[in-house]
Amino acid sequence: MTSVLTVPTPDAATRRRPGSVRFLWLLVVLAALALLMAASVAIGSRGVGWSDIVAALGGSQETVAEAAVTKRIPRTFLAVLVGAALGLAGAVMQGVTRNPLADPGVLGINMGASLAVVAGLAWFGLFGATSIIFTAIAGAALAAVFVYAVGSLGRGGPTPLKLALAGAATAAALTSFITAIALPRGDIAASVQSWQVGGVGGATGSTITPVLPFLVVGLVISLLSARSLNSLALGDELAAGLGERVALARGLAALGSVLLCGAATAVAGPIWFVGLVVPHFCRLLVGVDHRWLLPFSVLVGACLVTASDVVGRIIARPGELDVGIITALIGAPFFIAVVRRQKVREL
Amino acid sequence: MTALAAPPDAAVEDVARQRVRRTSRRRLVIAVLAVLVVAAFAVTLMVGRSFYPPGEVWRVILGEKVPGASFTVGRLRLPRGILAVIAGLCFGLAGVTFQTMLRNPLASPDVIGISSGASAAAVVGIVVFSLDGAAVSSLAVVAALGVALLIYVLAFKDGVAGTRLILIGIGVGAMLNSVIQYVLSRAGQWDYQEALRWLTGSLNGTSWTTVLPALIALLVLAPVLLGQTKNLAALQLGDDTAAALGVRVERTRVIAIITAVGLVAFATAACGPIAFVSFLAGPIAARIVGPNGSLLVPAALVGAVLVLVADLVGQFALDTRFPVGVVTGVLGAPYLIYLIIRTNRAGGSL
Repeated sequence: MTSVLTVPTPDAATRRRPGSVRFLWLLVVLAALALLMAASVAIGSRGVGWSDIVAALGGSQETVAEAAVTKRIPRTFLAVLVGAALGLAGAVMQGVTRNPLADPGVLGINMGASLAVVAGLAWFGLFGATSIIFTAIAGAALAAVFVYAVGSLGRGGPTPLKLALAGAATAAALTSFITAIALPRGDIAASVQSWQVGGVGGATGSTITPVLPFLVVGLVISLLSARSLNSLALGDELAAGLGERVALARGLAALGSVLLCGAATAVAGPIWFVGLVVPHFCRLLVGVDHRWLLPFSVLVGACLVTASDVVGRIIARPGELDVGIITALIGAPFFIAVVRRQKVREL
Repeated sequence: MTALAAPPDAAVEDVARQRVRRTSRRRLVIAVLAVLVVAAFAVTLMVGRSFYPPGEVWRVILGEKVPGASFTVGRLRLPRGILAVIAGLCFGLAGVTFQTMLRNPLASPDVIGISSGASAAAVVGIVVFSLDGAAVSSLAVVAALGVALLIYVLAFKDGVAGTRLILIGIGVGAMLNSVIQYVLSRAGQWDYQEALRWLTGSLNGTSWTTVLPALIALLVLAPVLLGQTKNLAALQLGDDTAAALGVRVERTRVIAIITAVGLVAFATAACGPIAFVSFLAGPIAARIVGPNGSLLVPAALVGAVLVLVADLVGQFALDTRFPVGVVTGVLGAPYLIYLIIRTNRAGGSL
């Protein structure tokens, strides 16, 4: 990559934030994330005191409170990981498709991963965390290609509204198939059912570890594509003129986001709207430069999912509410607002 | 007009013959569909874990006591079959009304979230306020009207663009579905079957008390909607042309929306939003009837056939008993995608 690629986009030039402001926001977001993680460990159906938390962090599991905290730690980590993955995947997808409505949920990509896993569980005796993750990623990739192909037929190529409509229809279709496959299988119905809403409850260390390598690879690929996303934002011709290999750059970035949302869906089920809300929010904070936008999306996504998880535990006491329900309640009004504004092709 | 030379007789006869052919084809299609509804309904009554011949079923319907059959047919299969017919008619009518009014096949009540609104209200009424019967139905009607209004207002921005309305409806629907899941999970007995009833629609466990409100709604609202047939057809030509033809545009639109939403809401309160029936019925009817006049009656009958057949398939054709909404969902989903592919390729309104 040459220095040519650092030429800022027109949008970035007009909306560039001074470095100090961005740095300040970075500190704020990090602090918020730390607070939310602490809250996620401390809040739940059983109240715990600080001494319990400190003791549990030290590995003690002697009292019930300490055991509860020990259960909440992996859950918190999973929420952070899933949120980070989905937020970043959304930001990359919006950059690749230059579409303000792109989101792994809205485009039906999460549902592709879900259907692949459910079909694998029901028919092919899918077993083992790693094979589930591979299946989920394959399903996500297929769904992504399909939705993009359907949405880009006809005049004008893949306009935001056409892509969103194709994605929503595909998601509806895949949901029907998932129900039809899962319903007769009493043996897998329970896991499918809790998984279909999207949640991070019941996480343990052994559910997180297998997915980590996929998330890390996806994260690295996505973050490295920040510069090429900046030049893609100028339009394909201009990006090519700047020396960008457009197809390669787009393919790599898409691969990164599919890895991220496929892996996230494999552990937490389909979660809608995180990838939609987070990048828009981050753009307000740090502007449109992907080199800042992508890392911020990671952090803010982690904040959003952790916060949703905590809220789900607070409002549904003594039970709890899956993350997917909360994010849909937050994200759907946001989706409607973006559709209404319809700032098409103005990323 | 009199100043114009009279067209040659041959041309007049030709037009007249074509008109006769069109109306006769329409009548034929309606008759065939009606026969199909009756046949599927009869099969629903006869077939099940135990088979009853038509004679016994008929005696049960006439109110005679038949050992065994009285309970199985009279208490289990008859309400289920009747609700299937009612729901199919309601969804078919409402779907085709919305599709013709908004001139977009995607704009059916189940795609744009109106059914989800009725469903969410029904769940809230049942779980949170412990209502039943007519109270649930009226709550569902009010909520569905509110959601329809909300979607219309949200989509309004220098007029209502079809795509924007549909996407906003999808967003509203996603939110309402998570409300349904939230309420059901608060209910403590998070039962997958019960959740499926309210998310995709099911006829399991139908009794006479659930059938009655839907039946009354159909008997009251359907004639009102059918009375607007001509005005709706004129609306398809565009608002200005319709007004020039003497149609009171706004009045027709308001009546059509209220009755169609009412039909959807009452049917949904009884058996959940049976997936994609209101979306499928109109286009299928259009394909069978061709450009031969109003689609209201054919679409209603297609809806009834769809629900009856899908329920039979769901109950008996496969190893597992699927709720009817799952079957219609699997049938309807590929069609939804096909429709989008076709619209995109034609470079339609998107």
